Amino acid sequence: MIMRDSPAIEAIDLTKVYGQGNTEVVAMRNASMTVRHGEVVALLGPSGSGKSTFLTAVGLINPPTSGQIHIGGHFVLDGSHARTNLTAFRRRHVGFVFQKSNLIPFLNARENVQIALELNDASPRAARRRALELLDNLGVQDRSEHLPTMLSGGQQQRVAVARALANQPSILLADEPTAALDSVTGRQVMELFARVAHEHGTGVIVVTHDQRALSVFDTIYEMEDGVLSRQLKETVV
Amino acid sequence: MNLALKDIQHNLGRFVLTTIGVGMLLMVVMGMAGIYRGVVEDATLLIDRIGADLWIVQHDTRGPFAEVSRVPTSLVHRARAVPGVTDSREFVYHTIQREREGKPFRLAVLGLSWPDDKGNWIPLVAGRPLAQNHFEMIADVSLGVRLGERLTLGKETYRVVGITRNMIGSGGDGIAFFTAADAEAIQFDASGEAVRLERSARTNRGLRSELVTKQPALIEQASKPSGELPAIARLQISAVMVRVAHGTSAAQVATTISGWSDVSVHTREEQAEFLLKGSVDKARRQLGLFRVLLTLIAAIIMALILYTLTLEKIHSIALLQLIGARKPVILGLILQQALLLGFGGYAIAYLLGQQMFPLFPRRVIVTGDDLLQLAVIVLAISVASSILGIWKALLVQPNEALG
Repeated sequence: MIMRDSPAIEAIDLTKVYGQGNTEVVAMRNASMTVRHGEVVALLGPSGSGKSTFLTAVGLINPPTSGQIHIGGHFVLDGSHARTNLTAFRRRHVGFVFQKSNLIPFLNARENVQIALELNDASPRAARRRALELLDNLGVQDRSEHLPTMLSGGQQQRVAVARALANQPSILLADEPTAALDSVTGRQVMELFARVAHEHGTGVIVVTHDQRALSVFDTIYEMEDGVLSRQLKETVV
Repeated sequence: MNLALKDIQHNLGRFVLTTIGVGMLLMVVMGMAGIYRGVVEDATLLIDRIGADLWIVQHDTRGPFAEVSRVPTSLVHRARAVPGVTDSREFVYHTIQREREGKPFRLAVLGLSWPDDKGNWIPLVAGRPLAQNHFEMIADVSLGVRLGERLTLGKETYRVVGITRNMIGSGGDGIAFFTAADAEAIQFDASGEAVRLERSARTNRGLRSELVTKQPALIEQASKPSGELPAIARLQISAVMVRVAHGTSAAQVATTISGWSDVSVHTREEQAEFLLKGSVDKARRQLGLFRVLLTLIAAIIMALILYTLTLEKIHSIALLQLIGARKPVILGLILQQALLLGFGGYAIAYLLGQQMFPLFPRRVIVTGDDLLQLAVIVLAISVASSILGIWKALLVQPNEALG
């Protein structure tokens, strides 16, 4: 059960070290971030700065070497030590949206959303209804029976957002979600993140290079050489 | 939602073609078992149908189905005199190859003991049994002859009066039934020149003989047909078939006959065993080994197909893991596809086999037991061949979806 009065996610002193000895590389150093429910956070930084390492750590895919992660009030990771079943926790409480190819190619738009619900033990009938509601909410219900290859980039991202929101996660993580989109569609997708965060009370972290849509974010972080720092929005925008 | 079916639906054409390929391979595996059954059935069919309880054959031989056997025709009468024997008949059997309509024409010639045996026991699909001592024949349909057709074999012409089905010799050649006398005539046919040379040689030998010096009139006998010469043995037959009286032990009669030092006697079961342990056994082992090899090849091909299908789905599998799919969901996706491929192929193999097997030159007999056995094998190779794909899928990490 998620506690809404707790932060959507709280990452404390995350450090990730790859290799050891002479080949040791510190990809992330003492990174801390707190995201409230309904807050939209942008994570900026050049390539290789450690943004994806941070995102996969808080997404419970690639645990940090040290530090703590709390999601929705649950103490999930203590360093690389999992305090719960990460796969099950991720299924229920974390949503993902990526740059491209993030839909299953042999499932249509509705099924791509429905599968996330069915994996979380929803009945096929209920999952179908909820999937159609989400697609309708995101403006792509008329494309619900189309395969991903028949959808535009923007439509694919909307379906991916619908899937990410399917199980009402505490936190939604997006990695360069507008990189493959034109500026107008990219802006629309960013606004969509802001809308779903506010409507669903989901904490959203978006890794982006796109400076054009930063006004939609509540908080902005920047990462450089594995060090995470909070920026003043007024300074960055 | 069944992910395996959704994936197949998405790549339906390719999956169907792959399944047809696997199906054709399995059809060959199925056919191998059927060919073996056919060989065994064909080999023992004659022994079973002809209904003899005992076979008297040349001494120390295993009978006409295993090797050359020659016994005198008088043996028929000797056998009939044994207590407990109700019937004894000549058995003449050999294979010949002639030419018909410009093509090789092989047939197994079987002589019936006229007039006791007119071929009434032969299951006819057209025509009638033999009705006269000479120049009639009953032919298996596989020989391709027509009812009423006349065939010249040796110096004589024989009319096809009956057509039978599934009467095949152990070598796979269709059987043609003649009277024993005609069968011998076909077997020992010699050209006119060969007869003339033999008679001439006989005369020359006679002229050098002291007997002819004392009785010059004997030399006139040398040029007569061999059948008219008492000093020359009559043509011989392959074996004598014996039927024992109801209630009499065949083993007891066999014990009596086995006391004769010039012949050997075998029961029907022994004859069948000689066949199955002789040439048929080698064919059985050959077909069995070939079947094992084909099964292995089918398993390897299926494994490679499933591995390739899994490789193509790596990104989807990573995505599924990322959104929290449990391992059984991923394993089920691959295993279900393996089973669908295996049993789809099996169904195609069965349906294709039903159409193809009757076209084979030798009989292909697919039994229920063989079908069940192959189904179990298909289940096993489907599971085994999916292991490679499952192993690959288990190595996939969710972060591979991010790339």
